[in-house]
Amino acid sequence: MALLEIDHVTKHFPAPDGRGHVCVFREVAFAIAEGEFVTMVGHSGCGKSTLLNIIAGLEAPSTGGVVLDGREVTRPGMDRMVVFQNFSLMPWMTVFENIRLAVRAAQPDWGRKDVAQYVQRYIDMVGLSGAERKRPAALSGGMRQRVGLARAFSTQPKVLLLDEPFAQIDALTRSVIQDELVRMWTASRNTVFMVTHDVDEAILLSDRIALMTSGPEARLAEIVTVKLARPRVRAELIDDPEYLRLRTHIMRFLVERSRDS
Amino acid sequence: MSRDRRRVILYSMLFLVAFLAVWQLVAEPAGASGKARGLPGPLAVGRTAVEMIANPFYDNGPNDKGIGLQLLASLGRLAMGYVAASLAAILLGVTLGLSPILYRAVNPYIQILKPISPLAWMPLFLYTIKDSGQAAVLVIFMSSLWPTLANTAFGVASIKRDYLNVAAILQLSWWRRLVTVILPAAAPAIVAGLRISIGSAWVAIVAAEMLIGGTGIGYFVWNEWNNLALTSVIFAIVAIGFIGVLLDAGLGRLSRRLAYSE
Repeated sequence: MALLEIDHVTKHFPAPDGRGHVCVFREVAFAIAEGEFVTMVGHSGCGKSTLLNIIAGLEAPSTGGVVLDGREVTRPGMDRMVVFQNFSLMPWMTVFENIRLAVRAAQPDWGRKDVAQYVQRYIDMVGLSGAERKRPAALSGGMRQRVGLARAFSTQPKVLLLDEPFAQIDALTRSVIQDELVRMWTASRNTVFMVTHDVDEAILLSDRIALMTSGPEARLAEIVTVKLARPRVRAELIDDPEYLRLRTHIMRFLVERSRDS
Repeated sequence: MSRDRRRVILYSMLFLVAFLAVWQLVAEPAGASGKARGLPGPLAVGRTAVEMIANPFYDNGPNDKGIGLQLLASLGRLAMGYVAASLAAILLGVTLGLSPILYRAVNPYIQILKPISPLAWMPLFLYTIKDSGQAAVLVIFMSSLWPTLANTAFGVASIKRDYLNVAAILQLSWWRRLVTVILPAAAPAIVAGLRISIGSAWVAIVAAEMLIGGTGIGYFVWNEWNNLALTSVIFAIVAIGFIGVLLDAGLGRLSRRLAYSE
């Protein structure tokens, strides 16, 4: 049975000129099984981040709904942690305090010591030992998103929502953190919904990839299954014929087919 | 010390010396009593200052107290009115900042109340509570309410959506949300308001104490004027300025501690 169900979700916003509505996407429907890593790929403006916010409960769908574990999503909750494109760390808190805020919220019954130990474990896991007392402003983009990942994973949510998590990170650091995400996900086997426009990233990480046509009135065109054995190693993938076939298929979709509806 | 800094200090000192020299030249020599007919010069004021600082806490009855006692009386009033006003302003400001509709509904009244001199309320307070000391504290309350209120409401209203989203996802209770997210996020704006407020409260208290009499640095200035002890008046003016700087510096330190960069 599906853990997360996106049930014919449509979203429109009031038109900029004040008359009528602009439809961002229409009737998007798919399901994610427990432990599955599903990525949505599409051009800017197809509403993929909006859909992620709807799943997170930060925005409401215009019609349709999202069902998590048999319950309809109406508001944000700890069972759906988001990793934000702009990190969204509290700038007045240290690395340690940022993660502790989440752990305390997830584990209200734990004592101070248990919380601190647990926070430290996740800081070590993302390789930020020594930076516990630094504030986000003193960290590079890559290090900040490590904190974002640690914060999200540390709450052990039912679903992790990754909103273009590596878009603001330089290319060299990006691949390192992607590998780190793979490692963390392999250990935790969380259910993940990710949004990105980086095709290689999508193939490296996902079990399935959902392709959106361009907005306005974007639709879910197709869902591609990634039949590449895990663990996937970046260097070996480049020569894998299945990888190349998938990559070409998705790139061709983005260039040619995403426009016709 | 950098070269620029040395020059700044040099120029500052030169300005001070020049000012004191000109002042001494235009002042009339003080009599033996220290009560000159014209404007007393800096040397006369200096003599008075030494006397007053040497014995700041003497108390010879209602009209003859040391300057330390007078300043403490003023600071006590300031503390009461200012702390109460700040708590009220932050509480109301957070409420308004979190609710755009309430903010817009209440804002016109704030705009009307803000430019009213806090002293204008004095007759009303005297009439209703019939206690001049409490009335003065209320004047301080009124003078330090609006800047903090306006800044808190603005600061809270402009908290980045992202931080509130994180708080919503973590399902923080309203208290935790207030203490761990809203107040720290708006702290720089709130402290900026507190800093303006303490300045205007310190300005208002001198005038309020001139009206109510009894104790306080404002009353002291007025009383010494009635005694024609202008050296004491001038020294008190300088003391008021220095205390004002200290109050502002204290909040300046707080503001640096609470500042954050994104």
